[in-house]
Amino acid sequence: MKVLRVKGELCTQCYACEEVCSTNVSKERDRSKSAIGIGEKAVDTGRVDITTCDQCGQCIEVCPTNALYRAKSGVVLLNEDDCVGCLSCVGFCPSGAMFRHEDLLEPFKCTSCGKCVKECAEGALYLEDL
Amino acid sequence: MCGGCKTVPVDKLKESHKVYKTFNYQLQPVDKGYANRTLYINLSEQSIREKPVTQEMKDIFTGGRGFGLYHLWHAVTGKTKWNDSENEIVISSGPLGGITQYPGAGKSIVVTLSPATGTVIDSNVGGFFGPFLKFSGFDALEIQGKSEKDVIIFIDGDKGTVSIEDVEVTDMNTHVLVEQLSTLYADNDEDKKNIAIVSTGEGSETTFMGMLNFSFYDKKRNVIRIKQAGRGGTGTVFRDKKIKALVVKFSSLKGNSNHPADKNLLDETGIKMHREIATLDHKQNSMRKRGTMHLPIIMHDHDLLPVHNFKHGSHPDAAPILNWDTRLTHSGADGCWFGCTLSCAQVIHNYELKTGPYIGDKVYVDGPEYETIAGVGSNLGIFEQDHIIETNFYCDTYGIDTISFGTATAFAMECFETGIINKEITGGLDLSFGNSEVVLELLHQMARGDGFGKVVGRGVRRMKQLFVEKYQADPQFLKDIGMETKGLEYSEYVCKESLAQKGGYGLANKGPQHDEAWLIFMDMVLNQIPTFEAKAEALHYFPMMRTWFGLNGLCKLPWNDIVPEDNADQPEPEKVPEHVQNYVNLFTAVTGREITKEGLIAQAETVYNFQRVFNLKMGFGTRRYDAIPYRSVGPVTVEEYQSRAERYDNQMKEIIGVDPADKSVEEKLAITRQYREKQYEMLCDSVYKRRGWTAQGVPTLETLKRLKIDFVDVVEVVSQHLDV
Ligand code: SF4
Ligand code: SF4
Ligand code: SF4
Repeated sequence: MKVLRVKGELCTQCYACEEVCSTNVSKERDRSKSAIGIGEKAVDTGRVDITTCDQCGQCIEVCPTNALYRAKSGVVLLNEDDCVGCLSCVGFCPSGAMFRHEDLLEPFKCTSCGKCVKECAEGALYLEDL
Repeated sequence: MCGGCKTVPVDKLKESHKVYKTFNYQLQPVDKGYANRTLYINLSEQSIREKPVTQEMKDIFTGGRGFGLYHLWHAVTGKTKWNDSENEIVISSGPLGGITQYPGAGKSIVVTLSPATGTVIDSNVGGFFGPFLKFSGFDALEIQGKSEKDVIIFIDGDKGTVSIEDVEVTDMNTHVLVEQLSTLYADNDEDKKNIAIVSTGEGSETTFMGMLNFSFYDKKRNVIRIKQAGRGGTGTVFRDKKIKALVVKFSSLKGNSNHPADKNLLDETGIKMHREIATLDHKQNSMRKRGTMHLPIIMHDHDLLPVHNFKHGSHPDAAPILNWDTRLTHSGADGCWFGCTLSCAQVIHNYELKTGPYIGDKVYVDGPEYETIAGVGSNLGIFEQDHIIETNFYCDTYGIDTISFGTATAFAMECFETGIINKEITGGLDLSFGNSEVVLELLHQMARGDGFGKVVGRGVRRMKQLFVEKYQADPQFLKDIGMETKGLEYSEYVCKESLAQKGGYGLANKGPQHDEAWLIFMDMVLNQIPTFEAKAEALHYFPMMRTWFGLNGLCKLPWNDIVPEDNADQPEPEKVPEHVQNYVNLFTAVTGREITKEGLIAQAETVYNFQRVFNLKMGFGTRRYDAIPYRSVGPVTVEEYQSRAERYDNQMKEIIGVDPADKSVEEKLAITRQYREKQYEMLCDSVYKRRGWTAQGVPTLETLKRLKIDFVDVVEVVSQHLDV
């Protein structure tokens, strides 16, 4: 299973990853629809706080419709047809990595597609094969 | 729900499918929480039509229980009996009902004239029916008249049709019926999640405590499960109308099916709550893991768990029924509607039945809820888990309310033990406390409509009459130990030591059900409401807040069975202010109407007073109908007094100001009684005053005016009681 990992100390907060990720859920580049969250830079360490999904699967358990499932690849995916937009998964994700947007009826999450990794010029993101 | 029932002869079912009447309607999306139409069906005439929802209905009655009362009020006269054709069953969810983002938002409220009380009853129940009904196009379903033969009402929210039809099922008991009907009405297995069924069982036809099972599809386990509209005999009315089942089909549920005015606010309020539950529930009540089964041990520890017809609040043998952790299975999403992360809908599976018509079958048993554990377990002196599970299963599938069954059986048992009735009268049943086998036999008799089960199935009030008339029982003693008020059996808390809770039960509009007010801890354990004024204030605020949930299609549990981390530091923590603010946000987010915290209470107060007037219209509703049995006030018998002698003696000395030293137990009983009964009357005075009612418990004309329910027919009903 591929899991997105981060090196917050290399991140320059250019948001290129958020932009490219958003194309997974919407046609236009719209950072508010990204499944990776570039947060604040810590004053003491200089490290940027980045929110990503580690594919732990806790959201699968709490989903009442089985819309969330672990694919053969091991990655946690969401079947939008089955989702009723209850957002339980958003509230229960321990990493805050299940995202929602007011324009969308279903939440969205990282699928370990790797687009952001390619886009990141600083090497702050990488996929780890577990 | 059971292995054997799944092999249904679909072809045979289809062959027997007959449609008597069909009505087509225009499909249209819900708008800000309202479908803006209700569905009226008359079974005597086999007619179906839609009615508009007026702005006045929304402004004054809000929805849910409010719509139920509104429709029923216009359908019946003061003389209507529960089994008259004009009585209606009204089912309505409410404007917030069906949102998926916030926990506890899938409730339906059933309103009808009750066979138990003779007046209006309301029951709040989970399952998919109410939300699916609304999304199919109707804020309420109003069923009037009586059919000549059994019928099914089918609402197809995908196609826009309503029909009165029938299918020959092989069994009327819910766990079989719902399997067969969902096989028939779903296109395939996958489609079963889109079907919601309301049904009851054979026990509803023979008792006055018939309830309604509302189904929901458990996608995690791939089974149909049920929740109960338990109180007051709604199922009995259902079968009296010859309804076999209500079926609704709705296939396109989404996060915006309720079309909220402000989805963003709705989402944010929901996520905040989910997060709170995710991080705090396991440190608080563990509702996700235990549901209301976390309660028996707490109630036992505080001497509040009913034992032997509410004589005592604990028992040395109770341990086996206080903790259920090993019996439960968890799916991680055990809600009775989508998005309920409080997930209290616990289930026991693979339970092998030991008695009755389904002996040997392995079944799913929903619950047992606290009330059932206490009602059919401790209150009958039976401290066995299997007994409780077995009784729970059969009550559910027979369509019998576990609370009324428990409380009525406890009464019969005490009558048996005191020799008021004997084996000759019970048809050989040894109704001693603790006799599990006989309790189950009594239950099976109820479903068959024979034996002494039929007598107990009529409830405490009718048993009292019968035992006095036929067996020369002492009416005063039966009045003291018969745990009913207004004709409804008590739910399962010993309230002897909480004056406020005595009011919570006695003053409840529909009869003694704790869903109106549960004040025992505030009052007795925490001593937060010591004065009459404080108790009256609590008996104003809490019944209104809880009524509000029923107007909106909500469950009460997420309000105060989980609280924010800093709740204790807030002003008035018992109201859970942050959650009340959540409800303000939800109401605005869905309906687009601005409201305040006080505004919520005002909405509820309007409907609450209307319901009080409804009781008056039906010939009840004044002070004397708020009287409660002495068993719920203090010790009736010497045995009871002596079992808690230290407590009562101390109270006599310190509170009443009488030295118990030289008094006999009989004298002490009388002194205690005089004091406690007077306290209850003083409580009623304070509450009536706070609620804007006369000393007879009648809402004044000023109150009606303030609440904008001074309609001509309402004033007419009330005026008759103001002259006296
Ligand atoms: S979204 Fe959250 S809960 Fe789900 S797999 Fe990713 S980290 Fe785990
Ligand atoms: S929002 Fe959708 S995916 Fe998330 S828990 Fe609810 S139904 Fe499942
Ligand atoms: S791996 Fe793909 S889905 Fe995940 S954050 Fe990067 S771009 Fe988004």
